[in-house]
Amino acid sequence: MRLLIVEDDTEAAAYLTKAFREVGHVADHAADGLEGYAMAEGGGYDVLVIDRMLPRLDGLSLIRSLREQKDETPALILSALAQVDDRVKGLRAGGDDYLPKPYAFSELLARVEVLARRRGAPASEPTTYRVGELVLDRLAHRVTREGQEVVLQPREFRLLEYLMKHAGQVVTRTMLLENVWDYHFDPQTNVIDVHVSRLRAKVDKGFEPPMIHTIRGAGYMVRDTAR
Amino acid sequence: MTPPADSKAFSSEVGTGSREENAAKEKNGAISRLEAPRNGSIPPAPKRQKFLPTLFRTTAFKLTAAYLVIFALFAAFVLGYVAWNAQRLLADQIRSTIDAEIQGLAEQARQGGIRRLVNIVERRSRGPGASLYLVTTPVGERVAGNVEAIPPGTLDKPGESEIEYSRTAEGIETPSRAIVRVFVLPAGFRLLVGRDLEERDRLGAVIRRAIGWSLALIFILGCFASWFVARRVLKRIDGMSETAHGIMEGDLKGRLAITGTGDELDRLALNFNAMLDRIGELMAGMQQVTDNIAHDLKTPLTRLRNRAEEALRSAQSPDELRGALDGAIEEADNLIRVFNALLMIARLEAGRISENMSELDLSEIVSGLAELYEPLAEEAGLSLTCEVAPGLKVHGNRELIGQALNNLIDNALKYGAPEQGGDGSVTVSARQMGDQVELSVADRGPGVPEADRGRVLDRFVRLDASRSKPGFGLGLSLAAGVVRLHGGGLRLEDNAPGLRVVILLPAGSPKPVDTPALAEPAASTAAPNPAGLPSH
Repeated sequence: MRLLIVEDDTEAAAYLTKAFREVGHVADHAADGLEGYAMAEGGGYDVLVIDRMLPRLDGLSLIRSLREQKDETPALILSALAQVDDRVKGLRAGGDDYLPKPYAFSELLARVEVLARRRGAPASEPTTYRVGELVLDRLAHRVTREGQEVVLQPREFRLLEYLMKHAGQVVTRTMLLENVWDYHFDPQTNVIDVHVSRLRAKVDKGFEPPMIHTIRGAGYMVRDTAR
Repeated sequence: MTPPADSKAFSSEVGTGSREENAAKEKNGAISRLEAPRNGSIPPAPKRQKFLPTLFRTTAFKLTAAYLVIFALFAAFVLGYVAWNAQRLLADQIRSTIDAEIQGLAEQARQGGIRRLVNIVERRSRGPGASLYLVTTPVGERVAGNVEAIPPGTLDKPGESEIEYSRTAEGIETPSRAIVRVFVLPAGFRLLVGRDLEERDRLGAVIRRAIGWSLALIFILGCFASWFVARRVLKRIDGMSETAHGIMEGDLKGRLAITGTGDELDRLALNFNAMLDRIGELMAGMQQVTDNIAHDLKTPLTRLRNRAEEALRSAQSPDELRGALDGAIEEADNLIRVFNALLMIARLEAGRISENMSELDLSEIVSGLAELYEPLAEEAGLSLTCEVAPGLKVHGNRELIGQALNNLIDNALKYGAPEQGGDGSVTVSARQMGDQVELSVADRGPGVPEADRGRVLDRFVRLDASRSKPGFGLGLSLAAGVVRLHGGGLRLEDNAPGLRVVILLPAGSPKPVDTPALAEPAASTAAPNPAGLPSH
């Protein structure tokens, strides 16, 4: 995956480039808005990670300009402005995700990978998700494992749906809260963990191998470890 | 009135001196205090010798001067009118006297001839304060009388005229004025009777002098009065300026003097003092918040630092170091949380989050949150009951209301376990109450003593009983801030046992344009809106 990091703080930029390279991605760095725009326009990037406050051209204007050029490269906005309105403004400008500073790298990585995958994915969502022997039928609202039906509450179904949609990818707690519950605030407790462990009790209990994995310090992942 | 030194200073300020010149003067200390302060510099203190030029610029002086001119004009008009009337009256009186005398003398002449007339005239001429008499022959030769010189041709015109005359030959140089009447006697003799106008003229002069004097007096007294009034007002205003100065320089205890007269300046001073008190309260509040922040942020920072130091000093294996770093990250995350909450409260209190307000389905938000927390409650050994009326609408920000309610439920789960065990239920309910929506979160825990109920809404306040549980004491403050921003109120009640937090929010209108209809009943209800924030 090729990434462009537009960030004026050199130390933060160096940290990000190094961290992304360590997990096997290609990361380029632009130090201001105009440079970032020129590099992004050159194309070839899978995801743009853009700081909101940049010299010469601010992050939101950069994204807006790209969108006017019909450049739909997914963009994630990093910002110290963490209030609700700021997030909405960022998304309205054409950003695809918004992460307030300070952030955990695992959170950023998970989100960037989801954005990159979304780009390559077909336009229409498949009607069934399948991970190993676990099958989720979105139309019939049915989940089966090894042919046996797993009965889920509506919210549990949506939780599993999101996890399976991003199977093989790390999904953080915040991402779950935002995408499954549509809450953009800090619950200050491990409320998501309880929901996941309930889901896990229904999906993994009595089956081998486990499908829902806890990724320490990051979040969760649905993966078939049998293969 | 103006000392020369002052008038120079005065003209130099209003002159076309450039900014650099003025700045140079400022360095020399010659600048006037009327120069507006620049770059926050405090103007030099008022000086006594600058008083008179200053006086000319005061409103009191200008007003007094205007009144003075108007009053003087009126006075001059009234006095002039009186003088003119008095003189006219006097002249009328003189004329009728003359007429009466002429009639009497003509009668005498008709009865006793010219000789008798001459005798009478000569006798009357000698009397003290006599009128003017002259009898002449038809050709103008003087026969009798006390008039020596009259303008030529006067006797040719019968009737009344105003002339200059002299009683004696020597007095021709200094003639007097008189009203005379010429009467033609039978046989062509002429009789002239007149009265001196000295009396009338003297009255005129007296009145003119009186006008002059009174105008001068009005002017002088007016100047003095305006100076006095302006000085009094200026003195008080200067006093206020000095107090304000003192406050600017850091004496926050300074207050304006109240004279007790209840006039405008007193009222101004009272309001000014009330404002200073309010600022003082805010400063004290800010100080307290700063202290709290210092304490509550420094504690975890110290912990973080200690942990890192301890790991550096004594960790033996990479695993131990890793554990210490994990702990440090966790601590840092907590700090970030506190920062975010503090920033959010500050923004709420400033009332700056007004965008992204829309019509919300409160029922959906409440039941959604209850559902989110239900497994957590179960894990904590509590039951979470949700009693929500369907279709409740409020106008607001979904994230903020969600966060506020989230904090309340989180609190209820943390602190709401019954002390003696037993039925640990947390009830979340929402219902319509007239034009308000009542939202409540009730638990069966130890509750909050009545004395502490106001206090726990403050930042960083944690009751001793809760110190053992995780938290920062910001959740309730944040919730209260959110509710205030939405024009509602939050109060704590006794759930006997337990705590019941009640939020009242103005109900959303079916149509978003219906804001005036929403604002008016909201003002008449008991919904507390201490921040005076708009309810939409």
